[in-house]
Amino acid sequence: MGFVSRRKFLKISAATITVASAGAARAKGSARADAAAAKRPVKGVQTIPTYCDVCFWKCGAIASVRDGALWKIEGNPADPLSRGRLCPRGTGGIGAHSDPDRLKRPLIRTSERGKEVWKEVSWDEAFAYIANKMHAIKATYGPESVAMFSHGVGGTFLKHTLKAYGTPNFAAPSFAQCRGPRDVGFNLTFGEEVGSPERTDIKNAQCLVLIGSHLGENMHNTQVQEFAEAIGNGASIIVVDPRYSVAASKAKHYLPIKPGTDIALLLAWMNVLVSEGLYDKQYVADHGFGFDQFAASIASYTPEWAYPETGIEPAVIRATAREMARFSPATLVHPGRHAAWYGDDAQRSRAVALLNALLGSWGRKGGFYAPVSMNVPGYPYPAYPAAAKPKVDNPGNKYPFAHEALSTGIREATITGQPYPIKGWFVYATNLIQSLPNTPETIKAIQNLDLLVVVDVIPSEIAGWADVVLPESVYLERHDDLNVEWFREPFVALRQPVIASPHDQKPNWWIAKRLAETLGLGHYYPWKDIEEYLDHRLTAAGLSFAELKEKGIILGAPQPIFYAEGAPMDFPTPSGKIEFFSLQLQQAGFDPVPVYHRPADGPPGSFRLLFGRAPVHSFSRTQSNRILSDMMDENEIWINADVARRMELKSGDYVRLTNQDQVVSNPIRVKATERIRADSVYMVHGFGHTSRGLKHAYLKGASDSQLVTRYVTDPLMGGTGMNVNFVTIEQEVTLG
Amino acid sequence: MVIDTVRCVGCMDCVVACKTENQVPEGYNRDWIAYDVQGTFPTLHMEIRSERCNHCDSPPCVHCCPTGASHVHDVGGVVLVDYDKCIGCKACVASCPYGARFINPDGYAEKCTFCIHRVEQGLKPACVSVCPTHCMHFGDLDDPNSDVSQLLASRKHHTLMPEAGTKPRIFYLT
Amino acid sequence: MQELTITRHNEMIDPVLHIWSWQIPVYLFIGGLVAGIMIISGYFVLQGQYKRNVFSCFYLPHISLVLLTGGMTSLFLDLEHKLYVWRLYTTFQWTSPMSWGSWILVIIYPVLWSITLIRIPEQFQGKIPVFDRLSALINRHPQLIKNIGILNMLLGVLLGMYTGVLLSAFGARPLWNSAMLWMLFLVSGLSAAAAFVHLITTDEYERELLAKADNAFLTLELFVFGGFITGLLTSTRVHIEAVKLILVGPFAPYFWVLVIGLGIVLPLTLQLLAVNHKVKHSPVPPLLVLAGGLALRFVIVYAGQFSHWT
Ligand SMILES: Nc1nc2c(c(=O)[nH]1)N[C@H]1C(S)=C(S)[C@@H](COP(=O)(O)OP(=O)(O)OC[C@H]3O[C@@H](n4cnc5c(=O)[nH]c(N)nc54)[C@H](O)[C@@H]3O)O[C@H]1N2
Ligand SMILES: Nc1nc2c(c(=O)[nH]1)N[C@H]1C(S)=C(S)[C@@H](COP(=O)(O)OP(=O)(O)OC[C@H]3O[C@@H](n4cnc5c(=O)[nH]c(N)nc54)[C@H](O)[C@@H]3O)O[C@H]1N2
Ligand code: SF4
Ligand code: SF4
Ligand code: SF4
Ligand code: SF4
Ligand code: SF4
Ligand SMILES: [Mo]
Repeated sequence: MGFVSRRKFLKISAATITVASAGAARAKGSARADAAAAKRPVKGVQTIPTYCDVCFWKCGAIASVRDGALWKIEGNPADPLSRGRLCPRGTGGIGAHSDPDRLKRPLIRTSERGKEVWKEVSWDEAFAYIANKMHAIKATYGPESVAMFSHGVGGTFLKHTLKAYGTPNFAAPSFAQCRGPRDVGFNLTFGEEVGSPERTDIKNAQCLVLIGSHLGENMHNTQVQEFAEAIGNGASIIVVDPRYSVAASKAKHYLPIKPGTDIALLLAWMNVLVSEGLYDKQYVADHGFGFDQFAASIASYTPEWAYPETGIEPAVIRATAREMARFSPATLVHPGRHAAWYGDDAQRSRAVALLNALLGSWGRKGGFYAPVSMNVPGYPYPAYPAAAKPKVDNPGNKYPFAHEALSTGIREATITGQPYPIKGWFVYATNLIQSLPNTPETIKAIQNLDLLVVVDVIPSEIAGWADVVLPESVYLERHDDLNVEWFREPFVALRQPVIASPHDQKPNWWIAKRLAETLGLGHYYPWKDIEEYLDHRLTAAGLSFAELKEKGIILGAPQPIFYAEGAPMDFPTPSGKIEFFSLQLQQAGFDPVPVYHRPADGPPGSFRLLFGRAPVHSFSRTQSNRILSDMMDENEIWINADVARRMELKSGDYVRLTNQDQVVSNPIRVKATERIRADSVYMVHGFGHTSRGLKHAYLKGASDSQLVTRYVTDPLMGGTGMNVNFVTIEQEVTLG
Repeated sequence: MVIDTVRCVGCMDCVVACKTENQVPEGYNRDWIAYDVQGTFPTLHMEIRSERCNHCDSPPCVHCCPTGASHVHDVGGVVLVDYDKCIGCKACVASCPYGARFINPDGYAEKCTFCIHRVEQGLKPACVSVCPTHCMHFGDLDDPNSDVSQLLASRKHHTLMPEAGTKPRIFYLT
Repeated sequence: MQELTITRHNEMIDPVLHIWSWQIPVYLFIGGLVAGIMIISGYFVLQGQYKRNVFSCFYLPHISLVLLTGGMTSLFLDLEHKLYVWRLYTTFQWTSPMSWGSWILVIIYPVLWSITLIRIPEQFQGKIPVFDRLSALINRHPQLIKNIGILNMLLGVLLGMYTGVLLSAFGARPLWNSAMLWMLFLVSGLSAAAAFVHLITTDEYERELLAKADNAFLTLELFVFGGFITGLLTSTRVHIEAVKLILVGPFAPYFWVLVIGLGIVLPLTLQLLAVNHKVKHSPVPPLLVLAGGLALRFVIVYAGQFSHWT
């Protein structure tokens, strides 16, 4: 039986409807039930473009609605981020709309904080309650005493309302807990950040170095697609990870490094490049500042020195360094994203930046491109009241290189009342209980508040602690601000509703506008509704709202993104050059060139707790999405196979983890595997939900956040290194 | 169908896409991922495969079906189930060495259809068109110029359990 | 060192196949029992024994009609799409043992029933005139009576074989994938039937004869088992793994104790003593044989689903 007939078939069926439908008739049974066409005629399908919000990559998507019901969502081929293909979370995103555990109506707390006891109220009651508290706080402490935590594009309008109210305090976990250290390290070196989406030219890299970046599990769409392209092009891949990640399985060289010792490896690599004269001499000569001092200060970091620290043989260090040099400048040492590991992260990221500088990859094809963007002016709002007090999160510039607000800094101020008290929190789309380290501190802070408002779509842990919970429409049910992205090519993307909200949920723009009006700040919202707002912005940019509604994406004219193509070649550092030696660090009392400090080991018999991503989940936000939880509804604790054998544990057994501070986890299933070092264990972040409202996800798997009671704060920028916790393992008897 | 295990990252997008496209009931999958790890840490090799019905050339599931519900589609050789003929005897389920079939809660045998309803419209199967790594290729194995034939001609590949004698029609590039 | 992780978790398929529970073993057991009964009844008819063996040639076929219906009901109960069951009879799929089986079963009804017309006991004569007329007609053609006997024996053998072939056709289930399985189920069906008659007949001659026959069948069954097991043991790795399931694996206790020990060896020894008049005939051995036959179907069906490729 050949597929010849399929070929014939494809021809005709592609050719004429009649044959296709004849084919349909032949395939009756299956064609029918497939896509439940049995029940629904295919004619009722509408497609509406929008952009995804299951993570912050914001891929362009096209949703299909069949006979009024949300059917599926696919990538928008016109979109440079998704290139017509969403990641599994985006594809399963429709599950957010149908999630039966969603927040349905506004809630006001009727019992102690955290008890999750509520009364359902109308939106007006909720706004009135919030407005009263905010007036009171403003009267006694001033408007600066209300702070907002917000993650993602949806926060735009609430931020606007709170700026109008008069506070300068806004933070997201995406700085101190995520990419902050990386962006600071690169800023100090090149004067520019890596940004998001990362300006990495993965697809053209001939040698790709991944230091903990677990692409393939980390599903940032374009990154993964380009990673696959690099694999397809036969790029030489070097992966450094204590765990045999998916990326490691694609690598030519896999370096199973001892956790926390990456700086030693990076220094040794640079030592080889310099001592063997393999670095891009011309590039360094043209653009480098303080190279000689740099060279001198890394001279002692030989591969032999690094061996006992990292566990990587000198021969391997040399071989991989030479491999990088061989393909330079098309060698990309990936800067990673979630860099908040050990507290020395800004310096580690700076070492990564310096390594890239030696390879001349910044601004070069196969390295880092210069992102471009479209000029879409903001909406001309009235000026905000000038804040009487400075931002609260980094008093006295304690962390001199923190160029964004510190979430943990606001938490600290809320606990201590210094430099001034924080009495109100607005929390938009960030589950602080899971995303900030050391939950007890977060709860302590919350207990000092007069007002905690949480805007969420599901009853998250943080919502459980709120005084007022505002249920938002999910991204598929609302407009949001434009996505004017900095990327390979300029474009603007639209988020628009594809389906109605099932209950009394409202979009953030409506919530923000109504709250402003209740606060007597209505004049900050000159526009009637968001369509008017969007139309105004687009018209100002000379773009057509109608066209954007129809296409979802409007591309701008391509611009040069590499030096070779004429992209501007400036390094906005104090020296105006790539700073191999950093005077500003020296002046601030830090190492001008990264120095290695050995990480502290854990108590004997304990394992270092590492964590990361599963391709089908986003942080703690997707575990109750029934489509995605069907893919994975529990996380596992990865334990090295030999260790497991010694502990008489096998895959599928349930264990509890106890950390150095005697915090005990929920039961979690063992994955006994060869894919991890014996001194570490690993789990996927975001599970072990404790919010009773999350009926489906409640207590499924364990929460890394709960075990992250220790963190090391990065002295340069206040990032919170969280890979510094250690656990012991006890067999769970009740389950398994 | 030809799947490049060198590119596949095991992200399960193909599984999710199948679910939404074909409204596969909660708790069931028509396709799934196999992570095949060999060796001892740190010297390891991992093959990641997206698996589904192999649309076998010699399909025991069709041969054992007492009602003719399981059949080979008269064009393309796609193995399908006519849900209106299925009595739910589960013979086909037992006969598949790959466990590719399951019983839909409504009582009939279900499995991968190669998205025949899409193919009929000149589209690729949902799993193929969603794959972010472009590691799946769908086309005519008998046309020497099709990209699937080209890939098989130019690269090492294997099928699943050829010894089971079903002549599987999904090929994995290594 | 291999480590295989699979994300699939389909009900009834993962981690191991478990699509069939009690209905199928019961169906297969009854099928085998009826097959055996048909062969025995047919044999008596052929031997002209019907003149005196009212039991085997009148009551027994009737009983087996009821049994057969029970078996088919149990099969029906296993179907997941019950309302569509009629689809079995809108087609004949010659490659499908199940299709063969469903057609064989419908033919069996009239054939079995025809025996009962040969000698209608006095007390029932004149009740249903049509039957009496048919009976008279049959008795006018002795050749026809012989053919009825032969036909019953033939269909009996076919039915008995089918219960085994149904499973052995599944190449995907190594334990079932043996040419000996049909023989095993046929012989076990015969011994069960013999035991059944032995158990409930009132006729001394029959009991004595069938006890002897049963011993022969049981001995034969032991040999067939030998063949079945060595056959698999000398086949591929997966087949060896499969047969280990019943020899040393999770199903070994049931197999050795229930099927072999209590189901064959013990009743065989007891009955040998009985026929040599060392002990009196008792219902215990036949009961054990019947239980053993049922246990055999359960062990094979369950362990077979457990067995798989690689
Ligand atoms: N222990 C530990 N901590 C971590 C990390 C880790 O791996 N481990 N990762 C760190 C990193 S890299 C990051 S970026 C941060 C991420 O931290 P967060 O941004 O806090 O991520 P989530 O935990 O997903 O919390 C998102 C919240 O927003 C809600 N939400 C989802 N969609 C919407 C919406 O449309 N509207 C509204 N109003 N709410 C919505 C979700 O229900 C959820 O409660 O966490 C950091 N913290
Ligand atoms: N599917 C999915 N994808 C996502 C997200 C998601 O929630 N879900 N979140 C997105 C966001 S916001 C972020 S920030 C990124 C985070 O993802 P990444 O930045 O790619 O990875 P990290 O979370 O920093 O680290 C996880 C990896 O680092 C390894 N690792 C742990 N300790 C060490 C060490 O000391 N040295 C080295 N070399 N490796 C180590 C772990 O084994 C693991 O493989 O993922 C993004 N992509
Ligand atoms: S990466 Fe995935 S989840 Fe994130 S925006 Fe794109 S499709 Fe959505
Ligand atoms: S979608 Fe593609 S890359 Fe992802 S698991 Fe499926 S086949 Fe592999
Ligand atoms: S894979 Fe299984 S279900 Fe698919 S054709 Fe082959 S035997 Fe039949
Ligand atoms: S379950 Fe349905 S498709 Fe499968 S063999 Fe039975 S009747 Fe045929
Ligand atoms: S071809 Fe269609 S039915 Fe088959 S696995 Fe892919 S998406 Fe599912
Ligand atoms: Mo992040």
